[in-house]
This record gives sequence, structure tokens and C-alpha cells, in this order.
Amino acid sequence: MLNGTEDEEKWLAEGIAGIQHNAFYMHRALDSNNLREALKYSAQMLSELRTSKLSPHKYYELYMRAFDELKRLELFFKDDSKHGVSVVDLYELVQHAGNILPRLYLLCTVGSIYIKSKEAPAKEVLKDLVEMCRGVQHPIRGLFLRSYLAQISRDKLPDIGSEYEGDADTVMDAVDFVLQNFTEMNKLWVRMQHQGPGGVREKREKERSELQDLVGKNLHVLSQIEGVDLEMYKETVLPRVLEQVVNCKDDLAQYYLMDCIIQVFPDEYHLQTLETLLGACPQLQPTVDVKTVLSRLMDRLSNYAASSADVLPEFLQVEAFSKLSNAIGKVIEAQLDMPAVGAITLYVSLLTFTLRVHPDRLDHVDQVLGACVKKLSNIPKLEDSRAMKQVVALLSAPLEKYNDIVTALTLSNYPRVMDHLDIGTNKLMAMVIIQSIMKNNSCISTADKVEVLFELIKGLIKDIDGADVDELDEEDFKEEQNSVARLIHMLYNDEPEEMLKIICIVRKHTMVGGPKRLPFTVSSLVFSALRLLRQLQGQEGDIVGEEASMTPNKNFQLLTQIIESLSAVPSPELALRLYLQCAEAANGCDIEHVAYEFFTQAFVLYEEEIADSKAQVTAIHLIIGTLQRMNVFGVENRDTLTHKATGYSARLLKKADQCRAVYACSHLFWVDDQDGIKDGERVLLCLKRALRIANAAQQMANVARGSGGPVSLFVEILNKYIYFFEKGNKQITSSAIQGLIELINTEMQSDSTNPDSVADAFLASTLRYIQFQKQKGGVMGEKFESIKL
Amino acid sequence: MVLVLAIGDLHIPHRAPDLPPKFKSMLVPGKIQHIICTGNLCIKEVHDYFKTLCPDLHITRGEYDEDSHYPENKTLTIGQFKLGICHGHQVIPWGDLDSLAMVQRQLDVDILVTGHTHQFKAYKHEGGVVINPGSATGAFSSFTYDVNPSFVLMDIDGLRVVVYVYELIDGEVKVDKIDFKKTATASAH
Repeated sequence: MLNGTEDEEKWLAEGIAGIQHNAFYMHRALDSNNLREALKYSAQMLSELRTSKLSPHKYYELYMRAFDELKRLELFFKDDSKHGVSVVDLYELVQHAGNILPRLYLLCTVGSIYIKSKEAPAKEVLKDLVEMCRGVQHPIRGLFLRSYLAQISRDKLPDIGSEYEGDADTVMDAVDFVLQNFTEMNKLWVRMQHQGPGGVREKREKERSELQDLVGKNLHVLSQIEGVDLEMYKETVLPRVLEQVVNCKDDLAQYYLMDCIIQVFPDEYHLQTLETLLGACPQLQPTVDVKTVLSRLMDRLSNYAASSADVLPEFLQVEAFSKLSNAIGKVIEAQLDMPAVGAITLYVSLLTFTLRVHPDRLDHVDQVLGACVKKLSNIPKLEDSRAMKQVVALLSAPLEKYNDIVTALTLSNYPRVMDHLDIGTNKLMAMVIIQSIMKNNSCISTADKVEVLFELIKGLIKDIDGADVDELDEEDFKEEQNSVARLIHMLYNDEPEEMLKIICIVRKHTMVGGPKRLPFTVSSLVFSALRLLRQLQGQEGDIVGEEASMTPNKNFQLLTQIIESLSAVPSPELALRLYLQCAEAANGCDIEHVAYEFFTQAFVLYEEEIADSKAQVTAIHLIIGTLQRMNVFGVENRDTLTHKATGYSARLLKKADQCRAVYACSHLFWVDDQDGIKDGERVLLCLKRALRIANAAQQMANVARGSGGPVSLFVEILNKYIYFFEKGNKQITSSAIQGLIELINTEMQSDSTNPDSVADAFLASTLRYIQFQKQKGGVMGEKFESIKL
Repeated sequence: MVLVLAIGDLHIPHRAPDLPPKFKSMLVPGKIQHIICTGNLCIKEVHDYFKTLCPDLHITRGEYDEDSHYPENKTLTIGQFKLGICHGHQVIPWGDLDSLAMVQRQLDVDILVTGHTHQFKAYKHEGGVVINPGSATGAFSSFTYDVNPSFVLMDIDGLRVVVYVYELIDGEVKVDKIDFKKTATASAH
């Protein structure tokens, strides 16, 4: 046997040299029309192919050299004017060659010409050759010899419409010939497995796979024969091929050939012979990777279904789905130790098939999912990541196909499959679902679907037992929760009754999310509820729903409960904002006490929970801004709230912030619409207070830094004076404004060493504004006229 | 010709799931030179998305923004124009044009871009132009029950700015335009 590639190279070189040497003399003989010599040297040349020392790969190289030479020899044989011997006699003559292998190669070569000459029916010559080749039983030599036979006979088969068809020759003969050659080649191929010492099995399998296409070629030829129609395929070709496949009991051959059949023959044939094909599967060796074979078959059929809508009825007619489904079931049952990933891959292929062929049959889709659930139930804990990936693929397929999550939500087995995922993959799948909804802009509009949806994504909504919370990457967690927050806005129904149900379901699920999740989800829920409130307002008359929770008051109670949950986080700043939103909503519904209550909640949070100075500044502005817009309050309530707000403003940490907040409060006493409050005195009081604070700030800066402070504050206050002056606040006089301008100028001049260009420009543009107003003429012009610049 | 996108008050994910698909398909990278954002995005994902549209991104802080480090206000110069940005929740009364004018004077800018009210506005006063691009997602607002998604594209060319407002009304994108010219002598520093 072989001792190493170096030796093999040497032997191959020797073989090639041998061929070339004899070929040289053969050519000489051909040139001089010397048949005898030609036969002698060609036989010697072909003897090189008798070697047992080469691996298939190297033997092939040797074979190709010989093949090239045989072509020239064939040309010579054909031209009987050169050698003067009839083809019949030639056929007899070459059989005198000494060794069987060269003899048979020569015989095949002459046979080719014999058929061409039509002096005998093609079928007879072919039959003779295919039987004679039995004389070579060595696997590699035999395979190449028969391959040569297949090669030269290819264009001489009595196919319909070929010149070789006749009364004696039919397509059946062609098919018989190819099938016989195929059968013999397969036997030789299988025999290779049992040759030689046992230890080199892997090497042997590699060598075998190098030769597989020689065997498969025959099937290819069969598929190309015109005369092999569906009928003949069904009655003759497939049964005989399958017979050989099953009987050879060799797993390598079985796998390759099953796959070959599937790839080589048309998809319509497969559909019509589905039962036969699938029936062979349980008969194969247990070590054959049947699931891959089935997967590839289903993939091919899926593609076929996708190619044109016309073929779909055929699928239904042959009941393809149930046949495949049963076959898969049998295979999985039979192979108890099939790893999970294998079974699930099969189901993925079947599902893809179903979605392509009968997407409207949701019961089929559900059935496949159900079968998968059954398989998964038998596995205590699925830990294989590849299997997980396949389950994700399984669950993603309906989403992609239907583009409408609602359809997937009707599949009863869908949530059951998800239950079998490990927590990480479950969350991944939940994200896939949410992304599908977002991408398709889907709207889920019924409470029961929302319930199913939230069941599916429960891994994101709350902590599941066994979840390793520490593992959570912060960025990922944020992304998850933001996705859930976005999702809430995709749940919507025009009907307030149904919408309320939806909100209650979302609330039920999100409220158990825990302090980490609430800050993300509460906002979405609150605004959803606020939108519902507006819907209610838009409706005429009272609506009485099942839960009778339709009155605005009840809605506000619901909102309060939701916002209160933030105290567990704690999230006072967010809660404050949400309370203020609710206050505005209550204002819109004209419910004074509820609005007051919300302000109270906001103020409590401000006093007790918001300590950061920057946060306080923003909070104050929000409080003032909201309060300014309230028109539902009676005098008492308004006074209380305003007093508080002004108090907070004056107690901010930084003087500049105090100043600004206080002059903002001036607007609380002046609302520009018809019945709005217009308390000129209190406006002025605020502005004066702001001035005092600005002065104090100025003095502090002088002491602390030896230089001027924020002159800008004065200019801001000046602008406010002008604002109210313009609005007609009698308490603000032009002389006050003038005085303020002078004050500012003084401050600026006194600080000439440290010019504040920003404040300069601000003052300049303010003065320009006054000028502009003066030039307006009319009432406005007159008013501003009194301000002397 | 310099294109400036003015956009804000998306309130993603608290009040809206995403930009309307029709807007998304209009906003493609590489066409816009500057983005001015009034605030209330609210999350980093939106910030990153804007960055892909245009690297020159200017944002001011809205009261719901996740990133509390955005500035309260910002000024920048584009061509002949000085622009100022401020979300507007700090300017009381909210939406009051005279109070916003004061901010404009204070920041000393030709164009003040502001938000908060979710209502598109573009008007000229003595000191310059105030533009409110509205809410790009049509997010819930306590100001008005009727919020249409909108954003603004400014075309700055010399002393002229053309303001294009894109509004999504009943599923269709409607465009309107307003011209403003700056007089050479006005607030030139």
C-alpha cells in the first residue's frame, strides 16, 4: 500500500512517463497506418492504469493522460480506410489484448465507433460492454473504467429523437444501460470501504468522497435523457435507484446518493414521487444524516414554491405538507439520540416550506410549532446555543412572513415554544418581536392580543426566576427598556373602552417590573393614559364601560397610582414632571380640586426630594410655567400655590437663579387673556424683589471678587419692566424704566475695567427696541414716547 | 446654500415610538450641513441617529432629556446669520412671543430656534426671527390637542434665509415656505 505522498508522486511520475513513452510509439504507428503496432503500444500504454499504488486523486491524473491518447486512437479506428479493418472485426481483434484492463478500454473505444457505425443496434453493444466491464472488480480501476464507458456512450444513447433510436432500440434500453452501469459502479464504490486494514478508515472515507461524483454522474445522465418523463421516472428510474441505495447499506453512499437524487432531478418529479422518496428514508442506515437530506429536500421544494404561484396547487394536490410532516415525525422518533439542534433545524425547514407553500394555513404553521414544543418538552434544559439559534429562526420566520405581529399572536403554540427558551434567548426573541412591530408600524388594538404580547415579552418586563440580574449590561438593559417604552405607543384603539382595557393590562404587567424598569415604562404609560383622557373629553356624553372607570376622576386616580409607583425607584424629578402634566390635564377637564391635588404632590416632591440645585432650578421653572397657565383655580387656591412658588424661587441657592425665578413669578400675576388675572401691583412687587436680589448679587460679587457681577440680570429685569409697561400695567411707570436704564449705565461704567460685552449688546438691543416702539406711532408710540433715553 | 435642519421635541420613547416613516425617508445623510435641535429627544439613540444624518449637531437641553449635560442655550454662526437655540421651558410664559424676543436680544442672535410648545411658528419681530419647528413626532402636548408632526429646514444664502416647514397632516407631507431677509445693518457685531 501507499507509504507516503512522496512515493506516490514518484509512482505517478513513473506512470506518466510510461504512458508518454508508449504513446510516442503509438503515434508513430498511427502515422504509418500500422494497426498491429498501434494496438500493441496502446495496450502497453493502458497497462499503466493497472497500478494499485495510487490514491484516487493521483490515479485520475494518470487516467486523464490515457484518456487523451485514447481519443486519438479512436479517430484512427474510425477511419477504416487507414487500417482496412471493419469495425466488427476490430471489435473482435482488440479482445486479444493480454491483460483485461487494457482490453476493456480498447473494447469500449471500439464499441463507441461500432455504435456510431450503426452496424449493430446500440443496445446490444452497450449491453455487451456494461457486462464485460464486470471483469474488473478492483474498485478504483473499475470505477474509472466504467466512467470511461459512461463518457463515451453518453452521446450515443438511444434516446427519443436521437439517431440511435429505432425499433430495436428504445429509451428503456438507454435507461437500463445507465442504471446497470450505475449499480455496478456503486457496488465497487461501496466495496472500497471494506478494503485494506481497518485503521485507515478516515483516509478511506476521504478517498471515497473524491470518487463520489463518478458514481453520481450516472444519475445526472439519467436526468438528461429526454425520454425519461415523469412516468418513467416514477415507474422505473426512481424505484431502481432507491433499491440500490437502500440495499448497499453503506452510509456514505446512501447520504450522497439521496442528496444527489434530490439535486439532480426536477422538483416537480419530487413532488409527484414524494411518498416513495420519503419512504426510503426510514430504510437507510441509522448513521445517515437523514435530517440534512430532508432539510435539503424541503429547501428545494420551498424554492420551487416560491418560483411561481402556478405550482402551488400541485403541492396541495399531493398533500406535500402532511407527507413531509409525517416523515419528519418518523425520523425524529426513530433517532432518539438525535441532538436537539438537528430536530429543530428540520422543523425550521418544514416551517419555511409551509410559509412558502401555504402561508394562509395557520393551522399548519401552528402544527409545526406544536411538534417542536413536543420535542423541546422532552429535553430537560436546552443549553446548546446552536439549537437556540434555530429556535429563534423558527420563531422569527412567521414574523417575517406575515409582517403583522397580530397573525403570529394567534398561533397558540408560539408562546409555548418561547417558554422553552433560556432566559437570554427569550429576551432576544422578545426584542425581535418588538423590532418587527416597530419596523412594520403595526398597531395592536385589542386587549386580548396585548395580553398575549406581554406574555411573550415577559422576560423584558420583569425579573424571571433564575435570571442572573448582575449579568445585565447597562447599555443593553437600557435598550431593552426603551424598546418596551416605545412599544407601549403601538398599542392603541380608537374606542375608549378598549383603550382603557389595554392600558390596564399594560399597567398590570409593567407595575411589577421593579425599580430598575419603572423609570422607563411609567412615562409611556402615563402619556398613553393622558391621551385616553383626551379621547374621553372628545366624546359626547358619559360613557359607561364595564369597569365604570371611564370618568375623568377615575382616570386621574389611575394616573396618580401609576406615578406613585415611581417613589419606589425613587424618581422624584420625573414624578414631579408627570404630576404637573396631570395638573394641566385636570385644568383642561375643569376639575379644580384634582388639579390642586396634583400641584400639592409636585410641591411635596420639590420640598422633600429634590435637593440638587440645578434640578431645583428646572423644577421651579416647570412649576411656574404650569401654574401660569392654570385657569381653573379660584382665588384662594391660586394664592396659596403662587405664594409657595414665589417662596421656593426666592430660596434657590444661587442669587442669579433666585433673581430669574422671582421675575418669572411676576407672570403669575398677569395673564393676558380676557378673564386672566391682571394684578399690576403684585407684578411690580415681584420685579422689585428681583431687583433687590440682583443688587445683592452685585454687592456680593464686588466683595468676593472685587469686580462687578452679573449686569445682565438688570437688563433682563429692565426687559420685564418694558414687557408689563407695554401690556398696560399702570404700576410700571416710564420714570421707573428710565431710572433702571440709568442704573444699568452706572453699573456698566463703574466696571469699565471689566467690560461685559454680552450685557452691552443686550442693553443696546433693548434700547433699540424701545426706539422701535416709539417710532411705531399710534397708541404704542405715544406710550413709549414718555421714556426718555 | 447652506441647509440647516431645525428639529426637536421628539419625546422618544416617552410620548412617541419613532419618527414618522415619511419623515425618516426624507431625512437622509449627507444632504444637511447643520442640525439644530431644540431638545427633548429624549434618549441617546435619537442623538446617535441625528449624528448619522449630519456630524455638526447642536442640541440644547429639554426637561425630559436623558443627557442632562446638554447646555441650556447655545449660539452659533452660519454664514451671515447668528443663530441661538433654547428649548423654551425656561422662558415664561411658555410660548410667549415677547418673552422669547427678550431671549433673542439677550443672546444677540438673528434667528432664535426654540421649542417646547410642539407648535410650528416662524415669525419676524423687530429684533429678528423666532422659529419653532414643532414636534417631529407629533408628540402629546399640554398646549394643544392637535399636534401634527413637523420639522423645519432652513436654507441660508447670504443675507437671506428661506424657512421650509414640513408638516405631516392626515398622512401626507405638506411643505410651506417663508422668506426672511436680513438687513445688513441689523445687529452686526
